[in-house]
Order: sequence, then C-alpha cells, then structure tokens
Amino acid sequence: MDLKEKLVSSFLAFENKGGLDLDSKAHSIRRQAIQNFEQKGFPSKKDEEWKYTSLRPLLKHDFSLFPSNEKAVEFKNIKQYLINDIESYTLIFIDGVFSSFLSSTTHDDCDVCVLSSALTRPKYKMIVDNYFNTIAKNNNSLAELNTAFTSEGAFINIPKNTIVEKPIQIVHFSTGSEKEILLQPRNLVVVGENSHVQIIERHQNLSKNTTFTNSVTEIFLHKRAIVDFYKIQNDTVNSSLIDSTFISQKTQSVASVNTFSFGGNITRNNLEFYQEGEHINSNLNGISILNGKKHVDNHTLVNHKHPNCESHELYKGIYAEKSTGVFNGKVKVQQAAQKTNAFQQNNNILINDGATINAKPQLEIFADDVKCSHGCTIGQLDESALFYMQSRGIPKEEAKALLLFAFANDVVEKIKIPQLKSRITKLIAKNLGVNLGFEL
Amino acid sequence: MLQVKNLHASINDKDILKGINLDIKAGEVHAIMGPNGSGKSTLSAVIAGKEEYEVTEGSVILNGEDLDELAPEERAHKGIFLSFQYPVEIPGVTVTNFIKTAINETRKATGQEELPAKDMLKLIREKADLLEIDRKFLSRSLNEGFSGGEKKRNEIFQMAMLEPKLAILDETDSGLDIDALKVVANGVNKLKSDDNAVLVITHYQRLLDYIIPDFVHVLYNGKIVKSGGKELALELEEKGYDWLK
Repeated sequence: MDLKEKLVSSFLAFENKGGLDLDSKAHSIRRQAIQNFEQKGFPSKKDEEWKYTSLRPLLKHDFSLFPSNEKAVEFKNIKQYLINDIESYTLIFIDGVFSSFLSSTTHDDCDVCVLSSALTRPKYKMIVDNYFNTIAKNNNSLAELNTAFTSEGAFINIPKNTIVEKPIQIVHFSTGSEKEILLQPRNLVVVGENSHVQIIERHQNLSKNTTFTNSVTEIFLHKRAIVDFYKIQNDTVNSSLIDSTFISQKTQSVASVNTFSFGGNITRNNLEFYQEGEHINSNLNGISILNGKKHVDNHTLVNHKHPNCESHELYKGIYAEKSTGVFNGKVKVQQAAQKTNAFQQNNNILINDGATINAKPQLEIFADDVKCSHGCTIGQLDESALFYMQSRGIPKEEAKALLLFAFANDVVEKIKIPQLKSRITKLIAKNLGVNLGFEL
Repeated sequence: MLQVKNLHASINDKDILKGINLDIKAGEVHAIMGPNGSGKSTLSAVIAGKEEYEVTEGSVILNGEDLDELAPEERAHKGIFLSFQYPVEIPGVTVTNFIKTAINETRKATGQEELPAKDMLKLIREKADLLEIDRKFLSRSLNEGFSGGEKKRNEIFQMAMLEPKLAILDETDSGLDIDALKVVANGVNKLKSDDNAVLVITHYQRLLDYIIPDFVHVLYNGKIVKSGGKELALELEEKGYDWLK
C-alpha cells in the first residue's frame, strides 16, 4: 500500500479515535479535504510548482500516522532548541502531542493555547468556524492532507488593541518513538485590530529516525495589526518539512515572515500573502545556508488585490557541496491594485560546482500605475574581494566566511528580537564554520 | 628591504612582466611610472601575492626571505601592504570591524596577543584623526557608497593601522581631487619613517609633488626602461612616454 492509500484509508480510523467533534463545521471541512486529497494525491515533478522538488524518495517510507508509543522528554533535552534568554510563551509539542508540562500558555489578555481545545470548546467555535481553512485551500494537496487530519497545533487568538509583550515560541519535537513518523501540525493565528504579536516556530527531530512534517499555518491580521513570524529550520538530515503558511491581511496591517533554513533533508516552504485591504505591508525575508545534500525550496506568493499596498521580498541563499535550492517568487498585482509598490530580490552564491539553485522570479502585473521590481543573481564569491581582504592579513577561509556573513547580513538585520538575532547570527557562524571576533 | 630580481609574471599564458629588477631600501620612496598597460598594477599585485598571476621566473625577496610560496595574507603578516586602485566594497562589515579583524589576524600570525578592545579603540581614533576621518565614517560598511576620495582615505587609514614595512600605493591618486590628494599624501608622509619604505605606482606626476620620491622608474612593456631621481618624473610629465620607447 502506498502512502496515499494508507492515508486515505486511515481517515476512518482517525475519525473513530475520539476527541474530534464529528458534527462540527471543521469536521465537514476535514471530510471534504480528504476527498480532495484522494483526488489530487501527492504532487509529482510533472507539476510545474514541484518541478525542482521531488517528494518521491520521501513517500517511499512507511510512516506511522498516529504514534502509539510515548517517549518522555524533559526540559533539559529541549532547552537548547528554545530561545531561553527572553521571557516567552511556549507551545511545545512532542510527536504531535501537546505537552502542557513543558509549555507556558495563557488565556489572560489573549489566548495562546492549542487547536485541539479550540476545535472542541464552544467558546472558540465561532473563531474556528470563521477562520479555519478559509485561506489554506489553494489547490495545494499537501495542505488538503493536513486539513483532513487537523487535530493539533497552536491556536493563537489576540483580541483587538493588545500588544503581546512576550514572543510566542512554537516548537514541534519528534523523539524517534516511531521508526518513521508523519506529523501534521496545524496552526491558527488570529490577530485583532491594532494588536501586535511575535512568533518563533521551529521543528526539531531529537533522534536519528525519520520525520516528515507536513505543517499548515493560517494567519489573519485585522486592521493595523502587526505580526512578526520567524521560522527556524535547522533540523537533522533525517527530517523533512513541508510548511504551508497562508496570511490574510486587512487594511494597514503589517505582516513579516522571516525564514532561516540551515538544515533538514527536504524543506519546502509555501508562503502566501493575500492582501484584503489598502495600505497593507507584506514582508518576506529568507536565508538558506546549506551543505551536504540538503534541499530547500522557497515558493512564495504575494497577491496584491487592492490599491496602495506594498510588498518587500528578500531571499538569500548560500549553497555548498551538493545542496540544492529553489526560489520561486510570484508577485501578482491585480487590475484594481493601482499604486502598488512591490519589490523582490533573490541573491544566491554557489560555493561548489556540485551545488545547484533554481531561481524563478514571477511577476504578473495587471495594473498600469505600479512600481514593481525584481532582481535575481547567482554568483560565486568575489575573488577580488577575497584578495582585498587577504592583502590586509585576513586568511582566505576567514575572508570567505566574512564575505558570506556580510552577504547574509541584510536579512539578519530584519530580526526585531535581539536575542533571536544573536542566536541566528551564531547559527550562521556555525554553519559557515567560523568564529567571528564580533557580532554583525 | 625589498628586492625584485628578474621578475617574470604572466596571466592566462600572457606574459606581462618581462624581467623586473628593483632594490628598495628602508627609508626610501620609490615611484613607478608608465603608460597604461605597461604592467604597473600587475607588479603591485604580484608583490602582494595575487594568485591569478603566475611567476614564471625570478623572485621577490622581503628582508632576505623569498615570498614565492606565501599567500597574500602571509605577505601582509610580514609587512607588505597594498593600497588598491579600486578598493572592494564589503556591505555588512563596518570599517572598524574590518580593521579589528585584520589587526588581530596579523597579531595572531606573528605570535602576539589580540589587541585589547580599549587599546584598539584608542589606536583607531588616533589614526582617524591623523587622516582627518570623521568618526561616523568608521561605523559605515566598508567602502560601500564611499566616494572615490573616501575610499582612498580609508585605504591609507588601514595602512596607518597596520603599520606595514613596505606600502605599495597603486594609483592612489586616481579619482582624487586636489584637496583629497593632499590629505592622503600628507597621511603617507606622516607614516613614513627610516624603518619603512613606500612604492608609489602612478600614471601622472601629480601625486609626486606631494609624496617626493627618492627614485623614479619607468615601466614600459613589462620592463623597467629607465631609472632616475625625482626630476625624471618632471621630464616624463613634459615629454610623455614616447621618447623612451
């Protein structure tokens, strides 16, 4: 039985395992989603959107869908994967199951809790019915698959006029309790008018067993809301991640998603912004620093539907050894979206002959009074810059690292949480194999 | 201090230097002049150790040591400094961080402790004042968006910080207006001592009004065709290079 069949036939077992409200609107959405997934199946390289990322090797695994074994995890095992030097709310999931013991949630000024309870409690029914799966349904069979099996993940509901002072860390751990595990976290984030929240998300495999995570996040910003979302992707080589994040923005809201990809086997980020008002700002930033045979695919979409909005996109990639990168950045400016300012930049450095980047900027512009630009570069390290630095006494390897650091720096500069910035800086230094005497 | 003996160098199998001889002693200022394409910049790059060039014959000797096998950074650690005609822009690395790294790498390579941050700061301020460099300038990204004058002044600032034994100034006057030229030349003159030497590479005589050479050499077609005192520069300014061919 292949993975698709296994998943489809497991749906009944999923319904019967208990804990789901089978009469809810959410469940009728699940049922529709499993049908859609059954129809479409997993994407193959024949799909234009998946031309450069093959899931085939991954789909050969016999994944456990509902982990049966539990493995105890203590705080000391996971501490290093959290940003500890700041106060934060934390939502910790172990093999897909929420750990209230390791987490720090709140219902005081806002709800930082879990989707499983939001899906079943009457208090949250209206929010779930209003928002759940309203933007994640965009012809993406992996998102359909996630929707069908939606049961757990982060639920973040910020009422209007609320500044959430502490960042929220969402971390999904897999422990290796199963030989091969499929995890499908589902996050729902609703941010009210004038409210502000910062979220850090990470997936981490604690074992050498295989993990395949198919994650979906929906984020809704009301008027003037501000969301800063950070994704840290530095998982083990046995871990693959498909992350689909959908963002819907109302008038004057500002959404920023920063993706830092350093590790993992296959990583695919689908990041889609839908602008549903005027004077909206959408920011997309990313750095990929890869070696070995790691593969990271960033597929982004900004859909400008209304006038006077902006988007700023900056993705940088450093590819060493036999790693591969994909950048596919689509910017749509619809006819009504006059006075749009849309900027996209994608710069890549290939360190070795064996490394690959497939870059595809895509601009579809139907309005005539807009400012749109895109730039895409693929290059090697600048030899004359290296010689310049060497001639000042800086050894070649350090000069290379310094240049790469400098290359990545303008994305690092976008990080608004200083402790996170310092952590990312260290991760980059580690990935480049250097110990710099200063912080950039 | 520096001896260049029968130096031949090529790039992509094209011979550029065809037997150069130079003898520069401590305390001296030498100038190399020559028309475009004569090999001036190649000579400076070869002395500094640029790997694209292949030395096919002859040698470069610094204080008795053949530099042939040494990487550019090792030559820098031994006291060679090359001021670039076109300094490279490095976004994201400030002037201060860059020079700190350069100094501490050099100290590490020569068996010294890293310079304490306080002393480093003091040294940076002292040298910045010497070259009339605004402090704000030091926290800008290296050479990024600098004017031609700022880039060259920054080169001389780095030279002041690194205190090389032999400073090679490659077309340091190009792109400078007369005021910037005076500041740069003045900086070089203040750094000059009996223990170090300067090799000025220039197309025009103009810079040599401010940095007075002890010897002037004319490079043409990869060879030194004439050497003389500072008056040779004036003669070249008047007559051009044609009479030497």
